[in-house]
Amino acid sequence: MSLTAQSHRNDLVATIAEKALWIRRRSFQMVYEAQQGHPGGDFSATDVLAALYFGVMRYDPKRPNDPARDRFVMSKGHCTGAFYSVLAAAGYFPEAELSDYMKPLSKLNGHPNRNYLPGVETNTGPLGHGLPVALGIAIAGQIDNSDFRTFVLTGDGELQEGSNWEAALTAGHRKLENLTLIIDRNRLQQGARTEETASLDPLDDKWRAFGWHVEMIDGHDHQQLLDVLSASPKGRGKPLCVIANTFKGKGVSFMHDNVAWHHGVPTKEQYEQAMAELV
Amino acid sequence: MSAAAPNKAGMFDCRDSFAATIEDLAANDPRIVTVVSDSVGSSKLGGFKKKWPERMVNVGIAEQTVVAVGAGLANGGKIPFVSAASCFLTARSLEQIKADIAYSNVNVKLIGQSSGVAYGELGPTHHSIEDMAWLRLLTNLTIIVPADPWQTEQAIRAAAAMTGPVYVRVSRMPVPALERGNGTFEIGKAETLVEGDQATIIANGTMVHRAVAAAKTLAVEGIAVRVVNMATISPFDEAAILAASETGAIVTVEEGNIRGGLGGAVAEVVTANIPVPMRIMGFPGFVPTGSADFLMEHFGLTEAGIADAVRQTIARKK
Repeated sequence: MSLTAQSHRNDLVATIAEKALWIRRRSFQMVYEAQQGHPGGDFSATDVLAALYFGVMRYDPKRPNDPARDRFVMSKGHCTGAFYSVLAAAGYFPEAELSDYMKPLSKLNGHPNRNYLPGVETNTGPLGHGLPVALGIAIAGQIDNSDFRTFVLTGDGELQEGSNWEAALTAGHRKLENLTLIIDRNRLQQGARTEETASLDPLDDKWRAFGWHVEMIDGHDHQQLLDVLSASPKGRGKPLCVIANTFKGKGVSFMHDNVAWHHGVPTKEQYEQAMAELV
Repeated sequence: MSAAAPNKAGMFDCRDSFAATIEDLAANDPRIVTVVSDSVGSSKLGGFKKKWPERMVNVGIAEQTVVAVGAGLANGGKIPFVSAASCFLTARSLEQIKADIAYSNVNVKLIGQSSGVAYGELGPTHHSIEDMAWLRLLTNLTIIVPADPWQTEQAIRAAAAMTGPVYVRVSRMPVPALERGNGTFEIGKAETLVEGDQATIIANGTMVHRAVAAAKTLAVEGIAVRVVNMATISPFDEAAILAASETGAIVTVEEGNIRGGLGGAVAEVVTANIPVPMRIMGFPGFVPTGSADFLMEHFGLTEAGIADAVRQTIARKK
């Protein structure tokens, strides 16, 4: 890598880190003010979202329907704290609108609606919907020989939905190298650990068996995220599955890897402590 | 006119009209693609596949994915026609139709093939008599139940021409080409096939020609019965229902469950406006074993059965 390229990469990593911190603080403020939300999953997904929007994807928030845009599908649609924050940070709508989170008649519904907000590709909420829709987007690109990429972020518990495996089969069959799945592998679902509920491991072997290329990374490491997600898919000949090992509640000590924060909401004291830690 | 040809009895399989129309549209619009779940033959899409193999997406036996992929293809600028047996397309993937298609409000056309009890002896797992009830609850989704080959072609053309989600119910039951003057098809507009002012039969799909035959029988008896072909279920032609109420008696006939479908939709309008005696004809629930023709006879969905229902409903007029 040339010195200039190295310097550019360092700048990107610094930007991703700065945006990730901002997303954590802003999304937690949203959850605190609404007294609703899914902050644990917001925090496990934050670094992935920051890397995608500030280091990887090509998009213009002023042209949200540009046919050539890279697509991002938020399959874990309950984590709107982080998703809305990253869309605002990316310029899709003013940051001030984040204060409307879940208020009556707000565009910022608890789960995202593409008819309310630019930058939302498909309405999610029920689990297991994002990957099959992203598959269709990627097939459209394949038919047209377009070079846009399609990214989809799922939870890990969400992979218990069978619809994902239907889509996995066809993506592997069609060798869709323009499709990237990122699994937010925080190992916790709503009420328990995934491995105690309906175990997923060995998760990497499952995706390989379906014809995918698999990368396992630290989902909070901005350099790893940038390297794996921004690598050109050309010639890979397979869809890419990135297993991002994460922690629910990452960034705040009392929330870290704590299932109670799946949809827990903070008291005033907890909010202030979290904000003191998120610096 | 559709290229579809009748059988020896002069009856048509509306799937032929669908297939001929989609090929005609696809030849002129590269955005049109078909999406199937191993349902190429049952959708009569073999010709399409031969002409444009790269524009047919077959996801295998995976109905949730066939619908979701339709939503994704629309996002990528395509006009996808997702075609599969209506029993599986609407039941197995109802949540995808709700969230990915209707609530997301995307430009996907769902084609429910071989609807109603067309699969006869294969039984209720393969019948689609519930689809009207559960689909008409979904906001944004246009629903069309064409009655004959001409109207099937019109419905497919209208679906392709509009932006937004559409469900078209296509039958494999043989139907005649209905007699019309210069017919026009408009989504949301009912078609009056027989004029009359003593009662109204509101029917759609495969039941329309039977309703017309019943009206002709009754005309011989001096009973003037209107026949309305209510091909569009959503949006619903409420004006046609209000006009039907003014004839004082209404009989609805559908190849579907008597709860929640066409009859239910008519009743909602009738009871809220000008209540009149009504009879809802269809199937009462899961049906016993039998061919489609047997089941129609068994549940009175015949010229004679419909005529009887009209006489009885007129007798209830105050």
